Amino acid sequence: MRPLVPVATGAKVALGVAFFVLFFAAWAAATLGGYVNRTFLADPFTMVTAGWRLLTVHGFYEDIGVTIWRVFGGFALAAAVGVPLGIVMGAYKPIEAFFEPFISFARYLPASGFIPLLILWAGIGETEKLMVIFIGSFFQLVLMVAVTVGGTRRDLVEAAYTLGARASGIVRRVLLPSSAPVIAETLRLVLGWAWTYVIVAELIGASSGIGHMITDSQALLDTGQIIFGIVVIGIIGLVSDYLFKTLNRRLFPWSLA
Amino acid sequence: MSRLVIEAVSRIFHGVRGGPPTRALEPTSLAVADNDFIGVLGPSGCGKSTLLRIVAGLDVPTTGRVLLDGAPVTGPGADRGMVFQSYTLFPWLTVKDNICFGLREKGVPAAEQERVAAHYIARVGLEGFERHYPKMLSGGMQQRTALARALANEPKILLLDEPFGALDNQTRSLMQELLLGIWESERKTVLFVTHDIDEALFLANRVAVMTARPGRIKTDLAIDLPHPRHYTVKTSPEFSAYKARLTEEIRAESIRAAAMR
Repeated sequence: MRPLVPVATGAKVALGVAFFVLFFAAWAAATLGGYVNRTFLADPFTMVTAGWRLLTVHGFYEDIGVTIWRVFGGFALAAAVGVPLGIVMGAYKPIEAFFEPFISFARYLPASGFIPLLILWAGIGETEKLMVIFIGSFFQLVLMVAVTVGGTRRDLVEAAYTLGARASGIVRRVLLPSSAPVIAETLRLVLGWAWTYVIVAELIGASSGIGHMITDSQALLDTGQIIFGIVVIGIIGLVSDYLFKTLNRRLFPWSLA
Repeated sequence: MSRLVIEAVSRIFHGVRGGPPTRALEPTSLAVADNDFIGVLGPSGCGKSTLLRIVAGLDVPTTGRVLLDGAPVTGPGADRGMVFQSYTLFPWLTVKDNICFGLREKGVPAAEQERVAAHYIARVGLEGFERHYPKMLSGGMQQRTALARALANEPKILLLDEPFGALDNQTRSLMQELLLGIWESERKTVLFVTHDIDEALFLANRVAVMTARPGRIKTDLAIDLPHPRHYTVKTSPEFSAYKARLTEEIRAESIRAAAMR
C-alpha cells in the first residue's frame, strides 16, 4: 500500500462488504459460541426473526413511518428557517453581528436537555418531537450556512462588481450559487443529527416510533428487537445519505472535479 | 480629451497589529486617451495592481481621485471592465453564461445576450465550448472567457491586471496576439498592468514605468511601433532598443525593491 493511491471500484466494494461480513461473523461467534449471555445480547438470527415478527405481526413499519416523518418534518422546519437566516447573516455583517453571539450560545444548549421542558409545554405528541429536532439542528445549521456564505471567494465577488452587479445581484447570483453545494452538504450532515435527536426524544417519551419500540423491548428484555430497531435506523440513515449525495451531485455538476 | 484621468492618487494601508502603515502608492497621475493602450510596468509589489484596483473602484485612494469621462469614480461599475490575474470565472456558470453575466445584470433581453455572447465567443475562438464549465477549461481558455466576459459588457475602459501572468509562455504569447488583434480591430481603451517588459512593449502604445514601493510613475514612454503588430516585431531592432531601455529602468527598481526586503 502506498499513501493516497486510489483503489479500484470492485476492490472498494469488496472491502466495504468484507467488514460487514466480518462484523456479523464476530457477533455470531460471540453469541452462538456461548461467550456472551444471550439474555443480554441476541444472536444475529434471533435478531432477524425478531425483526420479521415486528414487521409482520406488530406493524413495526408504522413506527418506522412515524419516525421518518418526524425527522424530515423537524429537519424541513429547521432548514426552512435556518438556511435563509444563515444566508443573510453570511451576506450582511450587521445582521450577523446581531444574531451570531446568541446563536453561538444557543447551539451549546443540549437539545436533549430541553425534552422534559418540551414535554411539559407540548406533551409527548408530534409538536414536541419536531421541536426537539428543530432545537438540535437549527442553531448549528444557521452558523454553518453563515460561515459558508461569508467565505465566498472575494475575487468572484469583485469580478461581479466590475461586471455591474449590485448588492442584491451579488447575494442572489454570486453568494447563493457559490455556496449552494456546501449548504447542501451541510444539510446532509444535519439530517444525520436529526436522526439522533428523534430517537432520544422517542426514548424519553412517545407512544409510537422506532425509539418507542426500543423502550418497550427493553421492558421485555428482547435484545433482538432492540438491535433490529437500531439496525433499521442505520439502514434508513445510509439510504437517505446516499439519496442526498446523489441529489447533490445531480444539482451541482459544476462543483465536481 | 482624456477618457481616464488619475489625479495624484495615493494609497496608504493601515499597519498590521499596530505596525507602521504601508505606503503602497505615492501620489500618481496618469491620463489615458480614448482608444489608447497603456501598459503599466513595474517590479512586483510596486503598487501597480493597487492603482488598477482604485481605477476599478475596488479600492479607495487615500488621496487624489480618478475621473472617467469627467465623472469621479466612487465604486465599481460596468463602465470599467476588468480581467484579473487569478481565474475568476463563476464556476457554476457555463462559458456562455459567464460571458452573459454582465448583460443579465443590466437586464439585456435574452436574444440580444445570445447574439453578443456568440460574437465574443467567436472573437476569442471558443466555439464549441459554450456549454463547458470553467473547471473543464485550460488556464488559457479560462482567461479568454474572462476577456470575452469583460468585452461583452462594452465597458468604456478595459482594466487588465496581469491577466496572462499565470499562463505558460507559449499560451501567453498567443493570448497577447489575440488581445492585440481585438484592440486593433475594435479600438478599445485599455489599461494593462504587467511586470513583463516584452508584454508591455508588444501590446502598448505607451508604457508607464513604476518605481519600487512606494510606487510612482517614473517614466512615461511612447512606443512607436507600427500597427498592425505582427509577433515578429519582438525580434526587430526597434523593439530591442525599447527593451534595452526599459530593462535598465526596471532593473534599477528591482534592485531597490530587493534591497528593501
